[in-house]
Amino acid sequence: MNAEPATLSLAGCLRGIRLSLPILPASMVFGAVFGTVCAQKGLTLFETFLINSMVFAGASQFVAMEIYQSQLTYGIMLAMIGVTAAVNMRMLLLGASLRPWLGSVPAWQTYPSLYFLTDINWLLSLREYGKGERDWGIYLGSGLFLWVMWALSVIPGYMAGNAIADPAAWGLDVVLPAFFVAMLVPLWKGKRQTVSWLTAAVVSIGTWYLTGGYWGILTGAISGAIAGAMFDE
Amino acid sequence: MSEPLIPADWMFIVAVLGMTAVTYAMRACGYWIMGQVPLTPRVRRALEALPGAIIVSTILPIALKGGLSTMMALAMAALVMAVLKRDFVAVVVAAVCAALLRASGL
Repeated sequence: MNAEPATLSLAGCLRGIRLSLPILPASMVFGAVFGTVCAQKGLTLFETFLINSMVFAGASQFVAMEIYQSQLTYGIMLAMIGVTAAVNMRMLLLGASLRPWLGSVPAWQTYPSLYFLTDINWLLSLREYGKGERDWGIYLGSGLFLWVMWALSVIPGYMAGNAIADPAAWGLDVVLPAFFVAMLVPLWKGKRQTVSWLTAAVVSIGTWYLTGGYWGILTGAISGAIAGAMFDE
Repeated sequence: MSEPLIPADWMFIVAVLGMTAVTYAMRACGYWIMGQVPLTPRVRRALEALPGAIIVSTILPIALKGGLSTMMALAMAALVMAVLKRDFVAVVVAAVCAALLRASGL
């Protein structure tokens, strides 16, 4: 692969924002639902806003709020931090896969911008990188935009209470996996992807059956990557 | 009784700070580690295969856990994406498909 240097421009950031618009409504609905959950659990609006905008990782926030009790103990506190780490462990891999693109960017720019790494802007960015894009404003612009919108999205949910009590009835729970599927389709190029993806599929399902948790993402992704690396052209 | 300075429980704030810290560690460390490993062609190929492998490993447990309605909705998303190449359409079709299937009791 080519090792063209990464660039950064305002136009790239704006394009990143535009590319994230299709997923924005669903992402904001999930933020609103999180606001509702927090209201039901008895958090103040300030606490809700704080946890949502600082952690900025949807799935882990929901799982942590499952554990939360209004009378916090050290044990619950540690459990909330622990599950957050477990659910977000996949981000190690998202970050690793950005290395070829951002490796030439100065560390004082990349490390702050990694705070805004999410599944969504990672997916968008990797798709554009695959098409030959080197302007990492795509990543930064979409990340900042999604962060601001995510931070704001809890407020209406907190206020409204039970506007959307059951996201699954509206098919909202399939939105993010469907977005993943949509991003996967153009990544298929031939035999190497087939081998790598089949390996990932077998290992992740196997792990899921054995442990039931989020470990399958990690084991599946790593074995898929190794399979892809071993498959010489 | 005086109003607290910040309308939040201090233990809750500590929990949030901890959650933020571990999440940032996950966000930054994968990137950092790959900076310590020389980017040989083999490592580069592994990193190129990583996104697809992450996506496959993420979707499959969700599909299995979600049951038939989720699986069919995700299959629709793949079909729409392969034919129309529009991510927004694929996502909307998948959500509508899941909602309809569940409304019909599947």
